Amino acid sequence: MSLFDKRLSEIHSALRAKELSVTDLVQASVASIKEHDDQIKSVLEVDEEGALAHARKLDQQLAKGEELGLLYGLPAGLKDNMVTKGIRTTCASKFLSNYDPVYDGTVSQKVKEAGSVIVAKLNMDEFAMGGSNENSGFFPTKNPWNTDYVPGGSSGGSAAAMAARHFYYTLGSDTGGSIRQPAAFCGVVGLKPTYGRVSRFGLVAFASSLDQIGPITKNVEDAAYVLQAIAGHDAYDSTSANVEVPDFLSALTGDVKGLRIGVPKELIGEGIDPEVREAVLAALKQLESLGATWSEVSMPHTEYAVPAYYLLASSEASSNLARFDGVRYGVRADNADNLIELYKESRSQGFGPEVKRRIMLGTYALSSGYYDAYYKKAQQVRTLIIQDFNNIFADFDVILHPTTPTTAFKIGEKVDDPVKMYLEDICTVPVNLAGLPAISVPCGFAKSGLPIGLQIVGKAFDESTVLRVAHAYEQSVGHHLRKPEWVRG
Amino acid sequence: MSAITRKEVEHVANLARLQLTEEEAERYTKDLNAILDFAAKLNELDTSQVQPTSHATDVKNVMREDVNRPSLPIAEVLKNAPDHEDDQFKVPAVFE
Repeated sequence: MSLFDKRLSEIHSALRAKELSVTDLVQASVASIKEHDDQIKSVLEVDEEGALAHARKLDQQLAKGEELGLLYGLPAGLKDNMVTKGIRTTCASKFLSNYDPVYDGTVSQKVKEAGSVIVAKLNMDEFAMGGSNENSGFFPTKNPWNTDYVPGGSSGGSAAAMAARHFYYTLGSDTGGSIRQPAAFCGVVGLKPTYGRVSRFGLVAFASSLDQIGPITKNVEDAAYVLQAIAGHDAYDSTSANVEVPDFLSALTGDVKGLRIGVPKELIGEGIDPEVREAVLAALKQLESLGATWSEVSMPHTEYAVPAYYLLASSEASSNLARFDGVRYGVRADNADNLIELYKESRSQGFGPEVKRRIMLGTYALSSGYYDAYYKKAQQVRTLIIQDFNNIFADFDVILHPTTPTTAFKIGEKVDDPVKMYLEDICTVPVNLAGLPAISVPCGFAKSGLPIGLQIVGKAFDESTVLRVAHAYEQSVGHHLRKPEWVRG
Repeated sequence: MSAITRKEVEHVANLARLQLTEEEAERYTKDLNAILDFAAKLNELDTSQVQPTSHATDVKNVMREDVNRPSLPIAEVLKNAPDHEDDQFKVPAVFE
């Protein structure tokens, strides 16, 4: 068993008993990256020196008998769109290849305050735009279960690194499925909290009305711990919600008796791979045996979610990414004679093809004459999708369906067809449009050996129920315990 | 909704401050047409009576007291700038 397979309570007992040190934990993380990451390329930058120095400090505190923070001693990997003071933060973009943040984002600060050590920054699709990690400006990450396949995206590095047990936990961000989809493809747990639950301060913005940071972990309990540490109102993020943060750990009761589950027929029928459907139906049976009930429901606007999402997300991105102009940070083109040319050349050399594609789409959708037809229309459809959810949640506690229509696809299989690639997101984008919390947990494996993810969606700010259901299911079936063969332990 | 022409793609690129190569202009004309075709699906829905949603939270107009708060030292702020001079970001001349 790898150190990072242990429960947090076991790690903390061992730390208190001096059988283990934080330095041991950080060294195990660094060793795992050095020995194994070449196979999957999940890591962009390791801060070995900084992490070991931080570990020594924590070990000194431990020796003094101070109380342990919630995530004390746990080595973490952060998606490279979260700014980390003193650790290069690139968003996997050549544009930011030299960006050295001078402050910590709220989440980076919070995990440090909880006693966690940031060991490395993880690969992703450039600026979080993509679902395969093939859009990284540096190199693609590979799926730990089969390196011919994509790990998903955009938090593909975070999910692959977790499956490889490089860290105790990783953090990803989810704009249209970017935590849940790679978690499903890599056989790990991925939680997207309610919009506003976790501060976005210091998360390089892609689509501000949709982005949300969340944990990627080996099991649901760990996800609850990490969410506990990173959740909460933040004065530096005016969209963060000023609501109480409940005790998420106490939600993990194992009890789902009387739980009412809605299963949208649009996300379990046509278009869903038969093996994925079978695995999700088996999960429903399992939950039934634990005392839950389920009924088929309808989300009539599901088929409109993907086009609405791509118009809105790209519009917001075109505005957010205007800040990358080669003036205040990032790489400046050296062949410009005037300011406009400097903007144009820097942006054209710095951004990769998918980022340019989305900036173009968003700029067009917001431009004079097209705003009503595209941007406003998509905003109206967003309202209809939110109503679909509200209608179901009037009668049900959670909504359950696959995280992805298929298991992971082959590297290179969809790169030439953006629309085909976008349609992969059908099971995840409605949740972002409505701002709801949702988790992906492993629910079995296809004949190919690739993992399948089950998605559980909750009401706004009801992560507790989402975690409770996911935990009860996970503990009763144990799919989360399976690891790729080459992963130690 | 009409198809987007190569000329419009170049106009949009200019608005977005992107300098497209010949190849990119071709490629994005094709891609944007495919994506906009796909987006045209939204027209199947009558939304004339539907309010647009810009974000999914109830949070509105978050204000704070207009008081000074600590900010980063200027040297730190300029640390990542490609060019700077006299505590300012430096760019090529804007006026002749």
